[in-house]
Amino acid sequence: MNELECRQFVEQVTAYLERALTPAEEQAFVDHLTECDGCERYLDQVRQTARALDALPTDALSPESRTALLNTFRDRPS
Amino acid sequence: MDDLPVDKVLVRRLCDRDESAFALVLDRWSGGMLRLARSYVSTEASAAEVVQETWLAVIEGIDRFEGRSSLRTWVYRILTNTAQRRGSREHQMVPSDELGQPTVDPQRFQSEGQPFPGHWWEPPPVWPEPEGGVLTDEVRGLLVAALEELPERQRVVIALRDAEGWPADEVCELLDITAANQRVLLHRARAFVRAKLETYYTQEETS
Repeated sequence: MNELECRQFVEQVTAYLERALTPAEEQAFVDHLTECDGCERYLDQVRQTARALDALPTDALSPESRTALLNTFRDRPS
Repeated sequence: MDDLPVDKVLVRRLCDRDESAFALVLDRWSGGMLRLARSYVSTEASAAEVVQETWLAVIEGIDRFEGRSSLRTWVYRILTNTAQRRGSREHQMVPSDELGQPTVDPQRFQSEGQPFPGHWWEPPPVWPEPEGGVLTDEVRGLLVAALEELPERQRVVIALRDAEGWPADEVCELLDITAANQRVLLHRARAFVRAKLETYYTQEETS
């Protein structure tokens, strides 16, 4: 297995996180990770990005539409 | 996060016109649906209409739900269909360059003839960790704006995977795409948003 370059590493980050690399690819990825602070940081920042998106608040339905939908549901003939 | 009753129970209760069951899914899913709808249509108001229309279709069609997918996937498919119909009226499809292009600026890496070809010139700068995982309003705004800039398919995938926490296979099923394709879309989207955060944190440091 050839040594991974950083510019290849960054393209494999999601595949690594999704456990979609072949065993050989994963080994090369992890080997690179232990030796390269820049790539370790890159991987970490991708994780951090995903976490930040997870922390985004969601909007809610307006109370009016919520009530209207509940009424529609209730009034629907069975 | 999903402590909803299992589908079988939920669907039976919905078909029995159990209002509390409807309130449960309505409150649980509407936020994510609004966010997803925004991937297709250009205003919050249109997104709200899409979600409203979707729930009306769900009320109308629940008796015909056959359980071939999960209830959530079924509801979200109505949403994406509704949003797409409306979205194509609102804006033209942006041609996507989703394949092949590097996701990190090639100039960040040394080229042939340099001491370490293919390796970082400068590693990515360190970011501050948000305190207790709480984002500042500025970062929130930046993330929302970054999502808006993404091509539709990338945006839909990253919204479902990272913002809503869906598993990959459910996203593939909903969007009818392969696992490999889903990964490429997610990867490009994450790289794009990461780069926006990097720019933000770098500027913040130098200002």
